[in-house]
Amino acid sequence: MRTQIFRVLYYLMVGIFFGIVMTKSEAVSWFRIQEMFHFQSFHMYGIIGTAVGCGALFSYLIRRFKAKDLTGAPIYFERKTPHGKYNLRYLLGGILFGMGWALTGACPGPVFVLLGHGFGVMGVVILAALVGTKVYARFHDRLAA
Amino acid sequence: METVIHWISQPWPWYVSGFLISLMIPLLALFEGKPFGVSRNFRHMCAAILPGKDQYLKYDWQRLGWWNLTILCGAVLGGWVASTYLAPDQLHLSMAATQLIQGWGVSVGKALSPAFFINTDFLLSAKGLLVFGVGGFLIGFGTRYADGCTSGHAIAGLSNLQLPSLVAVIGFFIGGLLVSWFVLPILFMN
Repeated sequence: MRTQIFRVLYYLMVGIFFGIVMTKSEAVSWFRIQEMFHFQSFHMYGIIGTAVGCGALFSYLIRRFKAKDLTGAPIYFERKTPHGKYNLRYLLGGILFGMGWALTGACPGPVFVLLGHGFGVMGVVILAALVGTKVYARFHDRLAA
Repeated sequence: METVIHWISQPWPWYVSGFLISLMIPLLALFEGKPFGVSRNFRHMCAAILPGKDQYLKYDWQRLGWWNLTILCGAVLGGWVASTYLAPDQLHLSMAATQLIQGWGVSVGKALSPAFFINTDFLLSAKGLLVFGVGGFLIGFGTRYADGCTSGHAIAGLSNLQLPSLVAVIGFFIGGLLVSWFVLPILFMN
């Protein structure tokens, strides 16, 4: 039975699961992010590598067996649109995000998880990110693709 | 229940964490065919709060984004649960990183984040504004320009063998290395 309340509760539970895993994996740690960028531990690479490896297996199995979701619809994985020869927008946008990631020690998921930890400063990061999104929305058609 | 909580409260090895993160993909795909990605929530929030005249923010964010925004609320709750009940202070940083970061003048303890993060004085200083204000801006602008973040590109995108995601992840590291090697030491070391 897929009532709206059930759907909300489901996504809420998925989010709670995500928040717990991100905390217990220490991926929300500013220290761990700096350690990763200085290649001083395998920890973060192990997490990302395992997540990508298992994620690839899940994605493959879902495609291989043409799995349907609970609504009965076939599952399509979204494809990122390639842009030009060098995918410049992905590279430039990636560099800018990477700089923000190292500065704050948090990516968009952990920003919210850390808010739950009681770090009110993450509210400032979220507000600043919304300003960044707004500026992108204003100028995006003038940026290199 | 006590034993379960004790067991969960232990430090988690990377292969357990990595596997559990990968579950986000089937948890979302098999339920309603949704993709894993967090940063598009910034677009939804922006569309909700300050759409203005921008076409990029003129869409039905409630219908398209409610489930992802709900996950975000859950993530905040999950952070609270984990930091309150599941032995929050257990950072196992390498000795090399501990020495490096202490060399920057930042103290390292058992806590997951530096103590200065919760210090409002730092937030109101020029450095704090740079770290949180500029850092946050770059997260918002960069993830929209790159069309994804660590979850959408590094986890979901690479899992699905997307070339643009590989390019984006290379970008994440170029930007991260630049800041972590050349900006943070200058920023903190005085």
